Amino acid sequence: MVITTKPVLFALVSAAVILIGTIITVFIPLLMPSTQPLSPYVKPYTAVELEGRDIYMREGCNNCHTQTVRPLRTEVLRYGEYSKGEEFAYDHPFLWGSRRTGPDLNRIGGKYPDSWHYRHMQSPQGMFEKSNMPPYGWLANNRLDTLNSWKKTSILKYGYSKSDVHRQIISYLSYVTNATYPSRESRNAVTPPELQGELTEMDAIVAYMQKLGRDVKKLEAKN
Amino acid sequence: MNEAGYDYKIVRSFTFSALFWLIIGLVVGLWIAVEMFYPALNLTPWLSFGRLRVVHTNGLGLGFGLAGIFATSYYILQRLTRTPLPFPRLAKAHLYLFNITIALGAVSLFAGMNTTKEYAELEWPLDICVVVFWVMFAINVFATLIKRREEQMYISLWYIIAMTVTIAVLYIVNNLEIPVTLFKSYSIYAGANDANVQWWYGHNIVGFIFSVPVLAMFYYFLPIATGLPIYSHRLSIVSFWALIFAYLWTGAHHLMLTPLPEWIQTVAIAFSIFLIAPSWGSVLNGYYTLQGNWEQVRSNYLVKFFIVGITFYGLQTIQGPLQGLRTLNAFFHFTDWVVGHVHMGTMGWVTMIISASFYAMIPRITGVQLYSIKLANIHFWLILLGQLVWTITMWIAGIQQGAMWKATNPDGSLMYNFLDTVTSLYPYYRIRFAAGVVYFAGIVIFAWNILMTFRQQPESGEVEGETIVETES
Repeated sequence: MVITTKPVLFALVSAAVILIGTIITVFIPLLMPSTQPLSPYVKPYTAVELEGRDIYMREGCNNCHTQTVRPLRTEVLRYGEYSKGEEFAYDHPFLWGSRRTGPDLNRIGGKYPDSWHYRHMQSPQGMFEKSNMPPYGWLANNRLDTLNSWKKTSILKYGYSKSDVHRQIISYLSYVTNATYPSRESRNAVTPPELQGELTEMDAIVAYMQKLGRDVKKLEAKN
Repeated sequence: MNEAGYDYKIVRSFTFSALFWLIIGLVVGLWIAVEMFYPALNLTPWLSFGRLRVVHTNGLGLGFGLAGIFATSYYILQRLTRTPLPFPRLAKAHLYLFNITIALGAVSLFAGMNTTKEYAELEWPLDICVVVFWVMFAINVFATLIKRREEQMYISLWYIIAMTVTIAVLYIVNNLEIPVTLFKSYSIYAGANDANVQWWYGHNIVGFIFSVPVLAMFYYFLPIATGLPIYSHRLSIVSFWALIFAYLWTGAHHLMLTPLPEWIQTVAIAFSIFLIAPSWGSVLNGYYTLQGNWEQVRSNYLVKFFIVGITFYGLQTIQGPLQGLRTLNAFFHFTDWVVGHVHMGTMGWVTMIISASFYAMIPRITGVQLYSIKLANIHFWLILLGQLVWTITMWIAGIQQGAMWKATNPDGSLMYNFLDTVTSLYPYYRIRFAAGVVYFAGIVIFAWNILMTFRQQPESGEVEGETIVETES
């Protein structure tokens, strides 16, 4: 066979052969709007939620937690409605995961109060003695870095102005530091006194947890 | 320099790199294996499971896997073309950049700079380093092939060409990201598209690092180890083209029952089943090569590695497509079954073939016999035992967890809460750790054996070794 004596031709033919499946199953779907549908009900993350999502990524939470509920009877029973494509329109990258060492989190938003998350992150074993989740109490010792928040949301084309981002951060800060915040006691229990008046990484990741799967409920109610 | 002027220094250096990253990656693996049942080991943020798991996968996949591929590819290329490496200094730069990238990669992952796309977790500056060292490698590959003194390119060279081209496409497309800072970026793809691109990459990076170049080693070193020619050239041609054609369609079998459009999932299932054929083409080609000489599996330690290794490849390539079927996937996906599946491929097939390739290759570049065939045999049995206990334990754990997730009471409610399904796996995790220790002991013996083989020779000079060493039992 002549091709086995011509290395450059061989490389070009190989490239063509691998590109057929690539183009049909990956590149063409990229151009089809139906691959990643949009819904007016699903809104982008706020700056604080996005910072929380980045912490989720930094800590590799996706190595143990999935974010896709499959349309299977027991799965829907355990976690809630199965995942819809529209929910992920603002996810760069996607965080569906591949292994469920811990439970799926795609429907975690609103399932528990913030106080539950503060206490659970602080000490998973304090809440569930035999849990194998690493403790993340130290997130409350870190002041949330919002220096790049606006840059992040603008790269992701979330459509916020600089003042929008500033307002989101200030309003979440005043929400969690307000005397009427329902999870105030738990937040103060895990947050060092000098940071209780500021946003911490813990606050952001809790905000992100509470966002997961919430918007889509309006879409599902509509259907 | 040897008579023919082959650059064996680069082969030796990449061999050392491979052994180094193999040991590091396995130590991290053992650490996270304990964390699974003893979470107190999450001592600091950078020792927490979420960060360490990616150090493990990248250290072994990109560190050990690629270094093993570069070592054997530089050797195989020069031998099969009867041409010295055209740019030995470029190869040396490749070596340095590779090791610096992997080291910085490990440090950055410890620090939490993680894009979260599996096996593509490195942040964008390191992605650029990977692309640069890949181009350095490709220049030497193609320059050697163009200058070659052997008219026909043997099967192994096809696989090396296909890998060189495909990894470049996969790596660049999946790592397109917009930088926020030097240490942070976002994928340009959103949601379902990002998932589709990622698993096209994720599945094929495994294919073109853990199958294709390892098959190149298999096709090159099996005839050398046995003294027998490959059974069928035609079968290898058909298998090669069918394999590289079908592989790229199958990534979405990692995304069964997700919001990804159903047609992409279904096409992936069909091509996954088809992939059994070319995979088994290579398996059967290996088996038939030994026709009438099966006693070599007992008498020749190298053949033992190659034949048991290709058997795991065969099992792997049946198990994989079956896991892609919707009904089986619904049960097994997200459980430890898949973890067992991956490790049969990596601990069984990949490591066995790379080990045996080093055992066959190193004496030929140093001109002295392997330090100890007895140790090589002990290495074989330890990693075989360790791997089998490891993977079978995880399969059982996966079946149990899948069944517990699905179990319902007569009234239709769930029988187990999630935590029960986790804690019931701890006994399996303990067994898995013990099996990992046995496996690790085998690998330490392997590394020792290779190092001692190098040390037997006082001079660092390389010799032309084709006729010096014959494989023995």
